[in-house]
Amino acid sequence: MTSTPTVAAPTAGAATQTRRRSAKAPAGQNRAGWLLSSPFIILYVLFLIGPVLVGVVISLFNTTTVAPGLGDFVGFSNYKDVLSNADFWASMWHSVLFTLMTTPLLVLLPLLFAILAARLTRGRWFFRLAFFAPYVVPSSAVCLIFAFMYTPQTGLITNAFGWFGLTAPDFLGTTSGAWFAVVLLTLWWTFGFNFILYTAAIQEISEEVYEAAAIDGAGPWQQIRSITVPLLAPTMSLVFILQLLASLKVFDQIFLLLQGGPNYSTRPVIEYIYDTGFTSYRGGYASAATMVYFLLLVAVSTGWLLVRNRRNSVPNA
Amino acid sequence: MPATAAATDAPSTTSPSGRGRRRSEDRSDAGTKAFNRLAATCLTLFALIWLVPFVWALITSLRPNNEITSHPTRPWSNNWNLDAYSSTWTTNPIGWWYVNSFIISTLSVLFTVVVCSMAGFALVHLKWRGKYVILGLILGGLMLPMEAIVLPQFMQFRALGLLGTYWALILPVVAAPVAVFVFHAFMRGIPDALIEAARLDGASWFRIYYQVCLPLCRPAISAVAILTFISTWNQFLWPLLVLTQTKSQTIPVGLGSLIGGSAIQYAETMASAVLGILPLLAVFLLLQRQIVQGVANTGIK
Repeated sequence: MTSTPTVAAPTAGAATQTRRRSAKAPAGQNRAGWLLSSPFIILYVLFLIGPVLVGVVISLFNTTTVAPGLGDFVGFSNYKDVLSNADFWASMWHSVLFTLMTTPLLVLLPLLFAILAARLTRGRWFFRLAFFAPYVVPSSAVCLIFAFMYTPQTGLITNAFGWFGLTAPDFLGTTSGAWFAVVLLTLWWTFGFNFILYTAAIQEISEEVYEAAAIDGAGPWQQIRSITVPLLAPTMSLVFILQLLASLKVFDQIFLLLQGGPNYSTRPVIEYIYDTGFTSYRGGYASAATMVYFLLLVAVSTGWLLVRNRRNSVPNA
Repeated sequence: MPATAAATDAPSTTSPSGRGRRRSEDRSDAGTKAFNRLAATCLTLFALIWLVPFVWALITSLRPNNEITSHPTRPWSNNWNLDAYSSTWTTNPIGWWYVNSFIISTLSVLFTVVVCSMAGFALVHLKWRGKYVILGLILGGLMLPMEAIVLPQFMQFRALGLLGTYWALILPVVAAPVAVFVFHAFMRGIPDALIEAARLDGASWFRIYYQVCLPLCRPAISAVAILTFISTWNQFLWPLLVLTQTKSQTIPVGLGSLIGGSAIQYAETMASAVLGILPLLAVFLLLQRQIVQGVANTGIK
């Protein structure tokens, strides 16, 4: 700090001043830069990179979750066990199945609603409130309410099926009913987030484009199809990847509403890791499962980035 | 609320393009009008459906249990009362859960804003060796799915002896790559000339960060603060693993333990759900515009 030139000659040109500063400053700037970012770097290394490294190490040992210490080195045998375990693959499939069911719904429905909402001049705050409010509610409160609404006989949703002459499935007792219950809950809970992302992107589109289209005689449906949707492609891609990752990480709803049941038929990977690590205390094995799952998630986001970058570079080339 | 209303009105009254839109709508055929009316009806219908779970939880929490079982779908009551609230408040340490959630979220927000804004400032306005390595590291950090890695994290915190403490919940949240990027983007908008001038006046780099840049970053601060608050408040799996004693739990974990409990105490269960919803819903209603803008600008999840 002391090396700063305090003699600011008013006659000196701006260019020479900056040149002098940048030539002299680095020593001070170097120290200040590291000092100011050190809290972040320390916490980042300890608590973001740290757990990943701990996971890699533990997955090579037969560590138990009950006793401290690493246990014995077992090499890759935990990985061999995980990859040949049918329960692990079943739970992987449940997470993927949940993703396959929720991603299309949560990418397309909010898009449709956001497009329709953008056409209206009044009451937009009301839609935003109604659709986004669930997003700030804790998962367990959502599950309390939905568990009540899914109750046989007394539940509101169970009864609503009757109003349309349908018989409600056993929401918490059968596998298909359970998936329906969890997907509907998730749709209600997280719809607003994607809705907001789309709404913000739609507001960026210039009104003049629509005007021109209207003058050319394009109806509302044509305008949506040939203007709004194509211009929203980047946002759709973003919403898609965020939704994909969020759905693959599903845990709260399934754990709280169904405990992975009935009979483990909906148990997602995170709950499988939780069960093996904290109920069977097989820390090393559960860490190996964690690392496999972790790699899958990183591969998904890396793959998306690569595809996006390639697509972005094509028009330029 | 008035602010949001003004924001939605603004394009149609002030901007020339908005006026053009209105003109073209007048000229447009009946088909467009019918389409818009249909859109409005559909949306309103769905928005009302979206509010049903909230309203239903509230109604149920105010009805006596025997009435709920005998007339499950009746939306009114002959005997509205708050008994369920006092009953659930005394049987569960909800007051403690509020206190824990509040302390953890507030401290997380405080540390996140300070730590990440300092890093953002250093990355934009200072030249230092290793800066681009750190920037790349943070970019990579955006892709780390931390929710997936709770088990090794648990082992790490046990080894550190931090299980059962507030720190176990605060420390992993603070170094948030997204928050650094929000500050990074905002700090880039601050002109170099301003910092040069402060430098020539003899201000230290910390003072420039604290007295020049931070006050200009207020929108970034509020976005990071609000979204950090919401996400830490709503965390479920990590506090479930780390905070094992009933009194030390947070609102989401505490409420989670009530699911599947006493099946006949519908009113009490819904009362506790309403109590769990209330704080964040209040925050959302107060800061609706900032929250929505924050989400739209950063895409934090």
